[in-house]
Parts: sequence; C-alpha cells; structure tokens
Amino acid sequence: MAVVSPPVTLLPPEAPFANAEVLRIRNDFPILGTEVNGAPLVYLDSGATSQNPVSVLEAEQEFYEQRNAAVHRGAHTLAVEATDAYEAARAAVAGFINARPDELVWTSNATEAINLVAYAMSNAAAGRGGAEAERFRVGPGDTIVVTEMEHHANLIPWQELAARTGAELRFLPVDDDGALRLEDAAGVITPATKILAFTHASNVLGTINPVAELVRLAKEVGALTLLDACQSVPHLPVDVKALDVDFLVLSGHKMLGPTGIGALYGRSELLNAMPPFLTGGSMITTVTMERAEYLPAPNRFEAGTQRISQAIALGAAANYLSETGMHRIEAWESELGARLVEGLTAIEGIRVLGPRAGVPRIGLAAFDVAGVHAHDVGQFLDEQGIAVRVGHHCAQPLHRRLGLTATTRASTYLYNTTDEVDFFLEAVAGVRPFFGAR
Amino acid sequence: MATNLEQLYQQIILDHARERHGSGLLENTGPGSVGESHQLNPVCGDEITLRTVVDGGTVASLSWDGAGCAISMASASVLTDLVEGLERDEAVGLIDAFREVMRSRGTIPADEEVLGDAAAFSGVSRYPARVKCAMLAWVALEESLLAANG
Repeated sequence: MAVVSPPVTLLPPEAPFANAEVLRIRNDFPILGTEVNGAPLVYLDSGATSQNPVSVLEAEQEFYEQRNAAVHRGAHTLAVEATDAYEAARAAVAGFINARPDELVWTSNATEAINLVAYAMSNAAAGRGGAEAERFRVGPGDTIVVTEMEHHANLIPWQELAARTGAELRFLPVDDDGALRLEDAAGVITPATKILAFTHASNVLGTINPVAELVRLAKEVGALTLLDACQSVPHLPVDVKALDVDFLVLSGHKMLGPTGIGALYGRSELLNAMPPFLTGGSMITTVTMERAEYLPAPNRFEAGTQRISQAIALGAAANYLSETGMHRIEAWESELGARLVEGLTAIEGIRVLGPRAGVPRIGLAAFDVAGVHAHDVGQFLDEQGIAVRVGHHCAQPLHRRLGLTATTRASTYLYNTTDEVDFFLEAVAGVRPFFGAR
Repeated sequence: MATNLEQLYQQIILDHARERHGSGLLENTGPGSVGESHQLNPVCGDEITLRTVVDGGTVASLSWDGAGCAISMASASVLTDLVEGLERDEAVGLIDAFREVMRSRGTIPADEEVLGDAAAFSGVSRYPARVKCAMLAWVALEESLLAANG
C-alpha cells in the first residue's frame, strides 16, 4: 500500500471544505459528471449507496489485471501477492475504525455481518462452541434489545434469533423528534438482556445516538453491544475503542467502496469465543470425517473463497477517506445537513423528520410533502436529474411510529456542493404547486 | 423539464388523484356476490383494498380503500368509473387491454376507444418502476372478480 501524505491545506483539520476543494473532490468521481434526463446528475442518495472514486475503481481493476489469485492457499507468486493485497486492505479498513486487523471479519454486507452474530448466538444456544461460548447463549427468560429506529437489517435477524431460541425481543422507543427515549431505557435494558443492538446514526432521521450512554447501560447489566455503523463510518470519524462497543458492522458500498463487501468488527476475545456461522473451506485447521477444528478469528468466520477484489477496493476507499480527512468530511456534511433542514423547513407543507434545525444530525434529511406521495416527489425530482430515495427506507416500524408510510430522503456525501443542495431545495418548492396539493 | 413529467402526470390523473371516485369501502346491502382483494406494493408501500359486487354477471358496484402515489390512486378512481355496469367478461377484457399497454414500455399506444380515461396512463408504461403503481387497482379488481365468482 502506498503511503500518501495528507492533503496540503492551511485550514485546521476540522474545517469544512471550501467550494474549490469540493469541486476537486468531484473530479475523482467519474459518475458525477454524467447527465440524467438531460440534466446534470445531482446525486443525493449516498445514504443508499455512495459513488466510487477512480482510486477505488482502479484498485479493483489493477487486482484483476495484475494479481488475481485465490488468497491464503497456493504458494505461487500471484497467490502471495493477492494475499498480501487482501490482508493490507483488511489492515486499512481495520485501521480506519481503530481496530486491529484480526478484529475485522469480511462479510458480504452489513446485513450479513449482523446475521453472523445472530446466528453465532443461535449456534451457541444450540450448544455449539463449548464453555467459552456461554455468554452468547440466549433462550427463554433472556431479552434481545434493539431500538424503534432500526433499519430492517438490524431488526429482522434479532426477531428471528428470538423466535429460534425463545428469547424475547424488546425495543427502546423513539420520541416525536426521533430521539431515543433514554428515560425508558432502564426498564428495557435489564439483567435479562443478552445483547443491545442499535444504530449509530439513523438512516431515516439523521439522529446520532448517544453511544456512550447506551454502552454504559448495557455494560451495567452485562449485555453485549452491537453498533450498526452503516451511516456513521462513512461520514464521521469512528473509533471502536473509544466507543467501547463489542461489535460493529459497516457497509462497503456506503463508504465509496463496491457492493458485495462489508465487515464485522468484534473484540478479539469475543470473536475467538464465538462459534462460527458459515462453515466450509478456509476456516478450519484439522478436519476428519466426523468433525473439524476451527481457525482463530477472523478466518473462522470467512468460509469459502472470499470477495478478494471487493475487499481490496474497500481498502482503497478507506484510504481515500483517511487522506481526505474524516473530521473535514464530518464538518462539511454537517453544514450540508443543516442547509437541507433549514431549507426544507422553510417550504410550506414540508415536514422534516428527525432532529429539529440546530440539533446535530448527519448530512441527510427525510421529509413528508403534504398532499403528495413520496413516489411522486421522487419522480418530479428525477425529471430534473435529482436522485433521492423514496419509500420507507427499510424502516417500516419507524415510519409507522411517526404516522407515515413513505417519505422522501435526500442524503449527502463529501462530494455534494451547497449549489446542489440549493438546486434541490428549489425543486422541492415546485412539488406541491405541480401536483396541485392543497 | 415539464414535458416528460406532464405526459406522465396528465391532468386527468392529477384530478382523479385528488377527487377519488369509489374511495371508501361500501357494505353490500343489495343482491349479488361480493369479492374483495387486498394488494400491497412492498417497494413503496402503496396499498389498496377493493370490493366488487357482481350481480347477474354484471359488475354492480366497486369501492375501495387505499393509500399511495398519485398514479396508483388515480388509476383506482378511473377504474371505478370505467368498470361499474360492465359485464364481467368485459371487465376482464379491459384489465387485459390495460395490462398489455402498461407492460409495453411505451411501444403500444393506448386505444382511447377501449380504455377511455385509462388511456391517460399510457405515459406510465415508459417508467417501469411505476407500472406496478398503475396496475395495483386493476390487479385487485381481477382478484376480486375471481373471489366474487365463488
């Protein structure tokens, strides 16, 4: 891996970008120069999937052109080079969240990472894993706790785990502004709680949850913690040791990487005590016809041929983000998010979900347009080249809690400009007049 | 920017989306057999429950309850106007004709003689993501006719 010095800048590391810097960043992303419906693309759907810089695209292509080989097997030169590149990518992504390489397990996506933990607990409950797996066993009388703002990916695996084991699934409710009702937490997170799984930043509300407080509550009762960091790792500096969570999941394609790759971070002692989820080749030491011994983490969770090129490309994405500076990205998106919320709130008939203007949020805003369905809003915006997400954003229970079925969401990233946000706001102002909403 | 959008959201569609004919489920107090269908589009959450009364081979009445985008709601409203009073077979023929246009990706123009106001939905067929919206009520009608048969 090439060592790249940080960009030369006179601004402090926490300063938002200057417009010229954003324009320079945009040059790294070929797709941002394309047109949609005859208009320049205004991409405000990075919360769903982010775009890829050239360095990420080239990392994947370079691997296939120069190093393609199966990793961790074979002694030929290409296999060694492929393995080195693959493990360097692991070190890059692990380092990006201040984890050790052996604490980072590759998965297909964040959903699989959550399922990995849920199924490992299920396997422990079924008696797999021996004495060291005791703390992962769940059953009748135990609770699994999530929040009411979870993405379906951090809800349904726990519903299924509860159904398989007889444990009870409980949740921390949200208030009307989309903040967790921490005053209710003591009644929900109890000594019966085995694991608390919650999102760092809501993909609908933009709310940033109080991780330290929730981790403290979980630790007090001896519960494990799992943090869904899909919407935080791409946008804020995240340090797993400072957050002190047991597990964290992240998604590659939401942080400038390709699809098909995500990761699970787990504290080393936990990963090594947990029974495996997917089993097969590459995760074993000794195999007989009757049984097998497993490798230590992370390999014990990486059965079969892995997503080598995707991992390498994700490593390049983590490096790109580090070089750009996560503090600066955070500051920039915070500015864009505030501009979105202030602008939307000023338009008649728009209800913005989540924290009110002035309260910290990540750089996204979901909103309801009185008298116009989200699908129609999205269609109207698409005609002007603006890409947004419409629907329930994989969070049906949260929408139901807020009395809605579908909303429109604009989500920004480091490459969005204030001009784009203003163009979007102007377009949104035209929605209700076009549809004749009263 | 408006041309494509205005072709998609024709005035008839916007009007029906606001003033929805047949909206509000009716209890059947008269003769005839009742069929009901619930349809959900999990992609966007559009939803409809549609109730049909078939009496002597004729669609005597149609009523529905729904929530969704302008296209799905207007489509249900237009459908109500078109179908009431038709023979069951005519209604089935109408559904088939509408479906053919919707699935054509813009290649089959709607025949206004056959489809009446529903021809206004022609533009939808060029937006594959929206075809399900336009079809929602029609699929519900198809199912409710089968249910009323029984």
